[in-house]
Amino acid sequence: MAQVEKFHYDNAIVRNFAYATMIWGLVGMLVGLIIALQLIFPQLNLGIAEVSYGRLRPLHTNAVIFAFVGNGIFTGVYYSLQRLLKARMFSKVLSNFHFWGWQAIIVAAALTLPLGLTSLHEYAELEWPIDLAIALVWIGFGINMFGTILKRRENHLYVAIWFYIATWVTVTVLHVGNNLELPVSAFKSYPVFAGVQDALIQWWYGHNAVAFFLTTPYLGLMYYFLPKAANRPVYSYKLSIIHFWALIFIYIWAGPHHLLYTSLPDWAQSLGTVFSVMLIAPSWGGMLNGLLTLRGAWDRVRQDPILKFMVVAVTAYGMSTFEGPMLSLKSVNAISHFTDWTIGHVHIGALGWNGFLTFGMLYWLIPRLFSTKLYSEKLANTHFWIGTLGIMFYAIPLYWAGWTQSLMWKEFTPDGFLKYGNFLETVTQILPMYAMRVVGGTYIWPEISLWYTIWSRRSAPARSLATKQPKRLHWLARMACTKANTGTAGWKEGLFKCFYLRP
Amino acid sequence: MTVVFLLILVSLVVALGFLAAFLWAVRSGQYDDDYTPSVRILFDEKQTEND
Ligand code: HEM
Ligand code: HEM
Repeated sequence: MAQVEKFHYDNAIVRNFAYATMIWGLVGMLVGLIIALQLIFPQLNLGIAEVSYGRLRPLHTNAVIFAFVGNGIFTGVYYSLQRLLKARMFSKVLSNFHFWGWQAIIVAAALTLPLGLTSLHEYAELEWPIDLAIALVWIGFGINMFGTILKRRENHLYVAIWFYIATWVTVTVLHVGNNLELPVSAFKSYPVFAGVQDALIQWWYGHNAVAFFLTTPYLGLMYYFLPKAANRPVYSYKLSIIHFWALIFIYIWAGPHHLLYTSLPDWAQSLGTVFSVMLIAPSWGGMLNGLLTLRGAWDRVRQDPILKFMVVAVTAYGMSTFEGPMLSLKSVNAISHFTDWTIGHVHIGALGWNGFLTFGMLYWLIPRLFSTKLYSEKLANTHFWIGTLGIMFYAIPLYWAGWTQSLMWKEFTPDGFLKYGNFLETVTQILPMYAMRVVGGTYIWPEISLWYTIWSRRSAPARSLATKQPKRLHWLARMACTKANTGTAGWKEGLFKCFYLRP
Repeated sequence: MTVVFLLILVSLVVALGFLAAFLWAVRSGQYDDDYTPSVRILFDEKQTEND
């Protein structure tokens, strides 16, 4: 008689990556907040080279992209891959190697970047020993993923898996290509190409890092976690397949849009523009596919914070993939390049698309990983709104600042001289916008709430001991209420119930 | 601008690799059914044990 086969998914590795996502998310965004403050209060550089703007900025970008988004990708991939393939991960050793290796690389980055050890390629600043380590860990991840695919119990490869595969293959090629460098000492190397050649390699990498680290893996996550959270199949599976293949074949060629008006040959610049504009089609197809998945379920979106996070994420994906092609047009790029418009564009994608999809995924995942319920739906909802406000406070002032800068730079006096010949004049003009961006730093809040969700899991049974339901009252009454609710559950619990939830 | 041609070459190799993958997917019947996979992912087997 045939026996029913039994196997277990590895949830421990998913949990580890989820913790790492939250830790590094907090760290990376705090550093973002610090550099945002430094732009207004240069004194915050403290006169110490290690914590000055120029050193901390690459720390921010590396931390949020490779540590926060990176671990977020791995969390989602290790969870969904096993379930989509009906197989446990290929190798527990490789999973752990991947996890600890990646965290060690992040720590190495956090140490070397403030020390000023950098290879000067944006988003690939890390020096050659760390580059080698990244390659090794990445290959370990690849073997683990392909091994799992090979031993799968499900013949069909769901579209999300294709997105993961494309991510792996392309990032491998890009990482190797952009880090071809000649070491001269333990912590110094020089790229093999120079000048405009180096710039082209850099932006072929830089653009595709956005495409294959911030976009394709997250599309895979969207195609898995959005239908799961909504509990309905994706609007059109056929469209998702077209989305994938169209995106893959177009994305690679769009890199030159970062080098408009440079000494790069004109035909290459135009090629970049043409492919960027073509990208609207698959990108918007994907966005609509995500949003239409929720057709007939909008009443649930109104209630469910997880779906809300995801709706904003997909909308932000649509916005930045419309804005991007516009920025690729030479006439628009003449306005946007060198201004804060670019920074606004970046963070619509980063905070809206990557950040909110991560939060939605984690809020969905964590209760499942710990076999419990979300600690407080209300808390999650509050954080959704604070996060959304954070995005607006980040983006809108920066668009304003971008246009202000651009207009001032191009203004002439009647005699034909630059009206604002001193760069500092444009800087002081946009300081209020920078201040508003700092307010946008409230975006960090959802991170803290995620921590609370995990932390409070431990005191879950104690929660029911909370005695009275406090009424809407004066703060003195809230203090009393806190006291009443501080029992076995601890004072945090009381404070939280009586002040935070404001019943 | 030799590097342009290098990049085009590398990009082409990657693109051809994906083209091969695409042809494999179509020929091996991955896309014969373009509806039920989207429904099947919604069913998770009951978990008996956490580890
Ligand atoms: C609280 C949240 C955040 C704050 C306050 C923040 C702040 C900043 C600041 C001040 C800069 C430098 C801008 C300049 O040079 O003028 C920056 C750059 C950048 N940030 Fe953030 N950030 C946050 C979250 C994120 C997240 C979550 C991501 C990615 C997932 C991200 C990705 C980037 C990137 C890629 C750049 C470089 C942009 C470029 O060079 O064009 N940031 N951020
Ligand atoms: C079809 C999609 C997109 C296109 C065509 C596109 C195009 C562009 C263009 C033209 C620039 C400005 C280049 C410059 O003037 O220097 C840019 C910058 C940037 N975009 Fe996008 N974008 C797209 C989507 C996205 C998404 C979804 C994200 C993030 C998740 C993103 C992240 C970035 C980043 C980080 C930069 C700054 C690069 C730097 O450091 O200078 N883009 N993009």
